[in-house]
Amino acid sequence: MATKTSEVLTGPIVKNNPIALQILGVCSALAVTSNLSTALVMGIAVSLVTAFSNLFISAIRNQIPGNIRIIVQMTIIASLVIVVDQILKAYAYEISKQLSVFVGLIITNCIVMGRAEAFAMKNPPGVSFMDGIGNGLGYTAVLMFVGTIRELLGSGSLFGIEILPLINNGGWYQSNGLLLLPPSAFFLIGLMIWLLRTWKPEQVEKPEYVMAPNTKGATH
Amino acid sequence: MSANNDTISKTITVSVLLCVICSVVVSAAAVILKPKQVANKDLDRKTNILAAAGLLVPGKSVDELFAQITTKVVDMETGKFTDEVEGATFDIQRASKDPALSVALPREEDKASIKRQPKYMPVYIVQGANGSIDKLILPVHGYGLWSTLYGFLALEGDLNTVVGLGFYSHAETPGLGGEVDNPAWKALWPGKKIYGDNVMDPQIELIKGKVEGTTPDADFKVDGLSGATLTSRGVTNLVQFWMSKDGYAPFLANLRAGGA
Repeated sequence: MATKTSEVLTGPIVKNNPIALQILGVCSALAVTSNLSTALVMGIAVSLVTAFSNLFISAIRNQIPGNIRIIVQMTIIASLVIVVDQILKAYAYEISKQLSVFVGLIITNCIVMGRAEAFAMKNPPGVSFMDGIGNGLGYTAVLMFVGTIRELLGSGSLFGIEILPLINNGGWYQSNGLLLLPPSAFFLIGLMIWLLRTWKPEQVEKPEYVMAPNTKGATH
Repeated sequence: MSANNDTISKTITVSVLLCVICSVVVSAAAVILKPKQVANKDLDRKTNILAAAGLLVPGKSVDELFAQITTKVVDMETGKFTDEVEGATFDIQRASKDPALSVALPREEDKASIKRQPKYMPVYIVQGANGSIDKLILPVHGYGLWSTLYGFLALEGDLNTVVGLGFYSHAETPGLGGEVDNPAWKALWPGKKIYGDNVMDPQIELIKGKVEGTTPDADFKVDGLSGATLTSRGVTNLVQFWMSKDGYAPFLANLRAGGA
């Protein structure tokens, strides 16, 4: 069991990353990564929601009627997200203002729902909790990667601390405005997936359709 | 998942129990954390007001600094103080949507593109010696390129010289229009003048490029934001709208006459 737990925890970071391999939760990864502090808080929030929703859903998995299981999962997830949102508003007001609607949108993050349906419904609570944390960490890792590049090259800072002095403030660095806009995260996530799959070729999916050999043209 | 989970009674029991538990958790979180959230919001509002007037002193608590400020409410129609609504809790965004608290603006008057103008606006006064006004902080808002910019414009006691302009909420393009938050740009505002000879007609505007100190009316011109023509135009429009006869100008006239 010990090896399984650690595998469940660390697997989703590189080997089975929710964003890079399963391509889930990309929407919020675009929206909150223009600076690192929001990316980190969002990562923590998603990790907590995934972990606790997995825990609670797994705890009552033998009682959930199959017909309404998706609604039951959504209710639990939505309640947790509201609680997280309220806590952020009370204890991290500045960050919650920047994250604005995206905290609420954790409800629709496919990672949370996906783990609940794919893992928590079939596994005991302890290991489900770890799975939630693991997938949250995988999500956070990607957010931090994208956030580091976007904040460093887009605003010349990391966690709001100036690293490259901007021309606007009398320095030498001309910031790349594209990186502050959400579409840039598409390029970064795409490049990251490419890198990851070059490093670990087993992550490359087999094409679903293979072109059939030409059976007519050759004889003519 | 055994099959007997799918009976109607089991389905209803599970869903009712789940709903009750979840609603208790959610309402408990909302109620317990409410005072803290209200305090945060209040602190945020006070910080923004102080920042616009350049009164934020590092190391001093915001509440302590805010003690020098008196909050009053102005009736926009008469330009006089009123007690109709509570200034400290007045929400401009909410009031703009409430037909009882706002009026629709005809398109030709709606320079700041705000569609509805609140009937009342809270204003913040820093009292000087013998009851005179040392600084006056006015909330302003208007549409830029993508979003409505909400901010505060602070004036000196002469009700013409700018102390500062700061926006606390907007969603303009980061790096371009978003540079309204750049301290270097905000530092251009102090000392600028709103009105020329006519105190009903604001002269101040953002121009393309840099303002040369030698131009005769340099006091009425502020550097535009490079690469953000529409946000710059929006800032010009919102400042001009709020300082015009449709905005605070009648109130300022009353203040000058000593009868607000």
